[in-house]
Amino acid sequence: MNEHIVKSYEDELNTLTAECARMGGLTEAAVADSLEAVIKRDKSLAESVVDRDERLDVLQADIERKSIRLIALRQPMANDLRRTVAAMKIATNLERCGDLAKNIAKRTLILADAEPMAPLTRSIERMGRLVCGRLKDVLDAYTSSDVDRAILVWSRDDEVDEHYNSLFRELLTYMMGDPRTITACAHLLFVAKNLERIGDHATNIAEIIHYEITGEEMISAERPKTDALRG
Amino acid sequence: MNQRQFNQPLRHRDDEGAAAPAVHIAVDRGHSADKSAAIKIRARDVNVFYGDKQALFDVGLDVPERAVTALIGPSGCGKSTFLRCINRMNDTIPGCTVRGRIELDGEDVNDRSIDPVVLRARVGMVFQKPNPFPKTIFENVAYGPRIHGLATGKAELEAIVESSLKRAGLWAEVADRLHQPGTGLSGGQQQRLVIARAIAVSPEVILMDEPCSALDPIATAKIEELIDELRNQYCIVIVTHSMAQAARVSQKTAFFHLGKLVEAGPTGEIFTNPRDSRTQDYITGRFG
Repeated sequence: MNEHIVKSYEDELNTLTAECARMGGLTEAAVADSLEAVIKRDKSLAESVVDRDERLDVLQADIERKSIRLIALRQPMANDLRRTVAAMKIATNLERCGDLAKNIAKRTLILADAEPMAPLTRSIERMGRLVCGRLKDVLDAYTSSDVDRAILVWSRDDEVDEHYNSLFRELLTYMMGDPRTITACAHLLFVAKNLERIGDHATNIAEIIHYEITGEEMISAERPKTDALRG
Repeated sequence: MNQRQFNQPLRHRDDEGAAAPAVHIAVDRGHSADKSAAIKIRARDVNVFYGDKQALFDVGLDVPERAVTALIGPSGCGKSTFLRCINRMNDTIPGCTVRGRIELDGEDVNDRSIDPVVLRARVGMVFQKPNPFPKTIFENVAYGPRIHGLATGKAELEAIVESSLKRAGLWAEVADRLHQPGTGLSGGQQQRLVIARAIAVSPEVILMDEPCSALDPIATAKIEELIDELRNQYCIVIVTHSMAQAARVSQKTAFFHLGKLVEAGPTGEIFTNPRDSRTQDYITGRFG
């Protein structure tokens, strides 16, 4: 790809992409840390995740502002336009991921005081690692502009859904077996739901990357889907 | 960005060109999803030479009826040359040779039986700088209908002048000074005056060669609004250096580069997802 004739335009676009990638790195770390905190019942790590969320909000607002400014002042066209819009949309998705990580961290603060439930924690860990990997892959796809990698993330969203469905059943079994675990299990259910949503955001980001690079939309109906929740 | 590669076969959004023998039409992706949309001008294998220098190479393009087609490209790319082929304005340039077919409603405009004067009444033209005749506003518009014998009496001629000025969005501004010189109007008003002059002879096609490049943003907006109005009745082809203007006013965009038609298609697609890297580079400001 040739460079723009106007150097400062090129710089602005690169800044936008770089900030988005940086925000991606911070989000990835927040999600990974929130998972780590749940597993290890680590309150101080959980508190740090909660504190760090504000930075993501600020970054998201900044990327949005810069994108709008660029659209107004530079009138980007074709791939530049797609790149600008993609940065703005990805930042929104990342900001949501940050909120969900923060929510996981908040629940960790409560769960850390409850009785540990090792088998459930292991299931959460498996699901969490999968989601973290998904998020990492899609952000790598973004920074390396690798559309094939994005497609791979996109096509595998059902694995996360399967984990979530199985965790859901597992939690129900626990709660029915011993009502005293209901509070903790309910929190874990939300943790699982949050992880599942982070997975959905990773899928969204994959779709955005695909559009940014190819100019074509992905067709959601073609994505493999797992059956709806079964009790 | 250079790691980004995505090889996609060129999809056919519009197969209208499929029957045409020339391979050059492959770059023309049509102008809308509607395959039945009528073609007003059909150009095939158009080659133009100024003396020994070739200015256009095998251009094949379909221009839709009742729509605005924008021709874009860097200076010297041949877009104005192509525009001038449509009403045979190149005939007036010594040493200029035009080969290939340009059909207006299926009729070759270069055919011996075609009278260029009649052709130019059917295919009107508006230039970069407004060029009103050094006559009154009324006479500027009345001139064409009079010499082409379109009006039988004074009343009819006045009616044509009034309706032309109204369609050009100028009537309200000049109704009380029709007999003052046209050259006394502002630049934007003069440009609308010459558009009124062009439509007074009831053309089918209006060619515009950078009609707004000498105008301020307000006058430009008025011309663009006018173009949008006129496209309901006419086939409009506009050459513009302003990418934003092409995006705003046209339904179909054709990109020329070094005398070749690189890519043509629905405007929305050309500006969001061009197929050819040269189009992409040009519209995103990567070469000039």
